[in-house]
Amino acid sequence: MRGFRDPAAASRLMDAVRATVQGTLRVIEFCGGHTHAIMRYGLRGALAPQVQLLSGPGCPVCVTASADIDQAIALSGRPGITLATFGDMIRVPGTTTSLQGARARGADVRVIYSALDALELARALPQREVVMLGIGFETTAPTIAAALRQAESEGLANFTVYSMHKLTAPAMRAILDAGELAVDAVLGPGHVAAITGWQAWSFLPEEYGVSCAVAGFEPLDILQALLACAEDQARGEPRITNAYGRGVSALGNSTALRLMDEVFMPTDAAWRGLGVIPGSGLAIRPGLARYDARQRFGLPGMAEGPLDAEAAVGCRCGEVLRGVVEPPQCPLFGAACTPAHPVGPCMVSAEGSCAAYYRYRGIMDI
Amino acid sequence: MTENVVLLAHGSGGTLSQELIEQIFVRHMADDVLSGMEDAAIVPLPSEPHGSLALTTDSFVVQPLFFPGGDIGKLSVCGTVNDLAMRGARPLYLTTGYVIEEGFPMADLDRIAASQAATARAAGVRIVAGDTKVVERGSGDGVFINTAGIGLVPDGVRISAGNAQPGDAILLSGAVGDHGLAIMTRREGLEFASPLSSDCAPLNDLVARMLAACTQIHVLRDPTRGGVATALNELAERSGVSMEIAEEAVPVHAPVAAAAELLGLDPLYVANEGKLIAIVPAGEAGALLAAMRAHPLGAEATAIGRVLEGNAGRVVLRTALGTRRLLDRLAGEQLPRIC
Amino acid sequence: MCLAIPVRIMEIREQMARVELDGVERLVSLALTPEAQLGDYVLIHTGYAISVLDEAEAMETLQLFDELEQASREVEEEERSRQEEDTARVEDAKTGLGGPTP
Repeated sequence: MRGFRDPAAASRLMDAVRATVQGTLRVIEFCGGHTHAIMRYGLRGALAPQVQLLSGPGCPVCVTASADIDQAIALSGRPGITLATFGDMIRVPGTTTSLQGARARGADVRVIYSALDALELARALPQREVVMLGIGFETTAPTIAAALRQAESEGLANFTVYSMHKLTAPAMRAILDAGELAVDAVLGPGHVAAITGWQAWSFLPEEYGVSCAVAGFEPLDILQALLACAEDQARGEPRITNAYGRGVSALGNSTALRLMDEVFMPTDAAWRGLGVIPGSGLAIRPGLARYDARQRFGLPGMAEGPLDAEAAVGCRCGEVLRGVVEPPQCPLFGAACTPAHPVGPCMVSAEGSCAAYYRYRGIMDI
Repeated sequence: MTENVVLLAHGSGGTLSQELIEQIFVRHMADDVLSGMEDAAIVPLPSEPHGSLALTTDSFVVQPLFFPGGDIGKLSVCGTVNDLAMRGARPLYLTTGYVIEEGFPMADLDRIAASQAATARAAGVRIVAGDTKVVERGSGDGVFINTAGIGLVPDGVRISAGNAQPGDAILLSGAVGDHGLAIMTRREGLEFASPLSSDCAPLNDLVARMLAACTQIHVLRDPTRGGVATALNELAERSGVSMEIAEEAVPVHAPVAAAAELLGLDPLYVANEGKLIAIVPAGEAGALLAAMRAHPLGAEATAIGRVLEGNAGRVVLRTALGTRRLLDRLAGEQLPRIC
Repeated sequence: MCLAIPVRIMEIREQMARVELDGVERLVSLALTPEAQLGDYVLIHTGYAISVLDEAEAMETLQLFDELEQASREVEEEERSRQEEDTARVEDAKTGLGGPTP
């Protein structure tokens, strides 16, 4: 499996991509994991200027609305509550503080690596209410669903899930629907597709005329996908390509999809910087209300408030994501929106377009 | 000692304090000056007629207290000895202060003090003064240790974070990431075919050999928290230079690389406690590397890059694919990621 | 997003599996991949196997990259010989020893 990092093959693939691109190829990677890999392996600089790689909304953590984080922080401060969260989430700012700030002020916030660890916590702390923050796209949601089912079968009464799960395809549609689009292709999220199947992304060429190559996260995976996008561009024929054959099938993981469907149902969800996107979130089904932290602790279905304010004050994240504007063209960039006080997801993630642009003033490519 | 846990009374200054100090600290440290239990240690100046004194202090709050390859006692000596050595100083004397949480097992305290004493002996430094405080249960996290150290810098040795010169070679004394991952994997439930062990070690002997082999060492730095990437960024900034590092040249042991991958971490940002970065004129690099490799703590020493002019503070990594990218400094705490 | 790592299954105990990557082992849940077998490569994400990797497909892809390498080497060689011809032609033209005039 290490073969997918081979430098010689990577260099050939890069040559092939450059030779195939007509003029400029503009590709948006939906997924923060791709952004990370592209940065880590220096692909952006190596393929510029023929290929322009734009960073997408990033990770499920970055797109969590600050109002939702505020609610999680408030919940963590209640007596008897132990909040279990993935490490990624702990730094992400809400309106006034973050979960690590709440922990410093005395909240019982535990960093876990897996939903299995949250179950273990609930078993070990029977006198406390263990709330697992359900963060993640389609890749993570089935693992939380599996844990919830496990809690049910064990009769673990002190385990609940606070679902903030998000669905990628509705968000991609919302970004594309919102206006002008200046990209030729989308790098499809490989590990989301491992669950959903690559066919879930065929709407991109079919409905939007944009190529989509579902890609893995090794350099050769990404380059192979970019080559497919370049070939589509050369032919003038947008297609869906599965460039992650070893991990992704057409229809995905049926066990995971079934489990996700049994536990969750689609709901509207608020995305940081993008606003409310219909059907882009997952709520726990009414039949499992006793495992639903929103039900158990009387939290509103979808956080309200600061999110609308964010959208209103002029965050142009959506346009950055569509490749229509560069980060500095946003009126908030560098003033109201900085890595320390981010407004949109492109600034929250260290690898987001705006954060990277802010740190390197556009000279990410050396 | 009758109690098998530390009581608040052990910090009261009375009989129990006396007993704790004598039966644990004085016994393990076995140092004439410390045993005198005076208000201040009086120690002789070293015989060298010239030189400057180097002073440093550091506090240690590691969890878990015992980890593969070390414990907080060993770490508290290595950290301070290494800080002295990174200025070219020969460490002479240490002081140590313990803040112990009420209820801490006496047996664990004994193990920690024994390990601290053994590490100091191995490093050739004396622990000549100490202090013990006990805090109420819940006000501490087992044991916190502070150490301070004094060392002697020979005349003519000018080692500083601000001394890197364009054209210099950047050397690294061995593989990175062992310490941080040995500690983190204890918390994350990873298991190893051959257990991962912290590299925690006093580097003063290695540095002495290096100084004997090369009088032109510009910079020494131990890449602890934030790892090699953060250390290089600090050095580039302080020296007003840029640097280029070859990713493939940086040694990483296979299980460390695998554990880092599983946890979503980059070994270049993971803490080390027994490694150093040396920056020297390129012409001296060969001789210095040979001297480092002749020492057990430098057996895997290698050149990882060079210092360049301009673009002050910028560190560029040449990746295994031959591409280049900025090597940024660590933003926050290194945590396992899912994204 | 969604960090997932390929590992090999060393042992299966009911719904849990011991998986290995370069001498590092951990226990993961097979709740989402009940079809996984001993010796399979799986992608693991937050302590769960989310996909059984198709090893044959992986080998095939790597094979394709090799072929691409072959092909591009051939193209390169072709280009080089064409360039050499061009250079020769230019030289010829310069020295006036025949060949097509520009």
